[in-house]
Amino acid sequence: MEIIMSVVAGILFAAGIYNLLQKQLLRIVIGTVILSNGAHLFILTMGKLKRGAPPVLEYGISDYADPLPQALILTSIVISFGLTSLLLVLSYRAAQENNTDNMEKLRGNHDE
Amino acid sequence: MSNLAVLPIIIPLVSGILLAFFHTKTPFVRHAAKLLSVMSTGVAAYVFYYVLQNGTVTLETGGWEAPYGIVLVADLLAVTLVLTTNVIGLACVFYAPYSLTEQKERYYFYTFFFLLITGVSGAFLTGDLFNLFVFFEVLLMASYALITLGGEKVQLRESIKYVLVNLFSSIVFVTTVAFLYSVLGTVNMAQMAERVQEVEQQGILTTIGILLFFVFATKAALFPLYYWLPKPYTVPNPVVSAMFAALLTKVGVYSIIRMFTLVFIHDTTVTHELFIWIAGFTLVFGAIGALSTNNIKLIIAYNIIPAVGFMVMGIGIYNKTALSGSVYYMISDMIIKAALFLLAGAVAHIVGTSDLRKMKGLIHQLPLLGWLLFISAFVLAGVPPFSGFIGKLMIMQGGFADGEVAIVIIGLLSSLLILYSIMKIFVRGFWGEKDENITIDRKTANALTWPVAFLVFFTVLLGIGAEMFYPVVDEISNQLMNPEIYIDSVFKE
Repeated sequence: MEIIMSVVAGILFAAGIYNLLQKQLLRIVIGTVILSNGAHLFILTMGKLKRGAPPVLEYGISDYADPLPQALILTSIVISFGLTSLLLVLSYRAAQENNTDNMEKLRGNHDE
Repeated sequence: MSNLAVLPIIIPLVSGILLAFFHTKTPFVRHAAKLLSVMSTGVAAYVFYYVLQNGTVTLETGGWEAPYGIVLVADLLAVTLVLTTNVIGLACVFYAPYSLTEQKERYYFYTFFFLLITGVSGAFLTGDLFNLFVFFEVLLMASYALITLGGEKVQLRESIKYVLVNLFSSIVFVTTVAFLYSVLGTVNMAQMAERVQEVEQQGILTTIGILLFFVFATKAALFPLYYWLPKPYTVPNPVVSAMFAALLTKVGVYSIIRMFTLVFIHDTTVTHELFIWIAGFTLVFGAIGALSTNNIKLIIAYNIIPAVGFMVMGIGIYNKTALSGSVYYMISDMIIKAALFLLAGAVAHIVGTSDLRKMKGLIHQLPLLGWLLFISAFVLAGVPPFSGFIGKLMIMQGGFADGEVAIVIIGLLSSLLILYSIMKIFVRGFWGEKDENITIDRKTANALTWPVAFLVFFTVLLGIGAEMFYPVVDEISNQLMNPEIYIDSVFKE
């Protein structure tokens, strides 16, 4: 199971970075979303996927899933959710102001 | 008294939220922000005094014991930096009303200002690697809002690059935390330090250490990851640039200091040697960048880079003297960078342009500002008796003691280039014939000058009163060289 998940995380990383290197702003935003999802999956894989019971507090259970990676992922998902919405608004406004969503044309010059 | 550790985070957080409710009442918000900032600085000073007297304060949040819950560790390095942050915030809050338009102030400037301070203080105080990531995000979110405040064309264009670079490095940060968790089974820094000690830092840990270093190096703008820094730092309002320059890169440097004096210290041949090389390149390329332009703001923005190089050089040399130098230089550089950006902003505001070719002879109209720039240049380049000199001297001494002669010479030569790049502003902008075309609003000019004078006064004090501050810095580097002190303070009894 871990191996499949590692491969999936790797594919997500690759797809994310490919999209990040595009010129269109929307694709870059999608790239960051895919990349952060890859990172979340990666955390889950690193904390071992299945080790018996869920991490609910009950006496006498020794084989429970590790709750820490899940807490980390939850925090990280909230953060990346906020960042994605910010980035979408930001790129919409930037595209509107500069009349282009092409990163090549958003380079800027020295005369400003 | 362990609740003291949380106060520097809570006070700006609550201030920011409170001010958000009154954002339409600009005059009230201005005065409230000044008052709250003074209060926050007072509390930070008290926490500093308390830690200086009684040693490290740790707070286990929510009553969860050390390795399981989130701990806040207020050791001497952290509280010193928190105090410096608050002093800079104080100067910025007094400068802001004259530099911002009322519209920008209405759009929650003060709220984001306080949230930025919350994030920075939190990053300094936390004792948990994942929590460090969270506080990084808090301060970055505030910085994203501040950099786009006003929504000008050029701001939006540059801020996209700024956001993307920081977002990418944050994702790498999370991935690295996952790696570390899988190897060490903990995200608590003190426990990580203990476990690394047990396994004597094998190859995989060095790899993770270098990955982590590159995350922080992106935030701190080290060679070759500094390309994103100079332009975005020139587009927002001067107050915002000053806060960014003073605080954001230094959070990266602080994280490097923390991780590489506490956790990854058992195999220094690879990592710390790498730091020295990177510091050398950072010094050279940053100084060249600063010489390459005629835009005042850009000159100063490029000067952030060699300063970070000096601090990392001290970490790379890794002995007590060099670390004291790094910390001393960091404190002095935080203050002087804020002062320089406020100064450049004042000049640009008064003259109406930041292009050096379009100004001359300002010294006749703005004598105080001119001489403040002159002193700042000396502080930055490290001319005795100012504070930059003492920091650099200690780094150099440490370097000579460890036989790292080449890097010390690069450091000395790049200092000359830094001095020249700042002096260029003084000679071209302030020297020479009086320019009759420039009219000056005396009241605004004075109001913009005093916060700069306040900050420059502090750096001069740090230099002349070195006798007084040296014991503190010596104690900080003593704590950094002996990580057991940190570990023991987290795992009491």
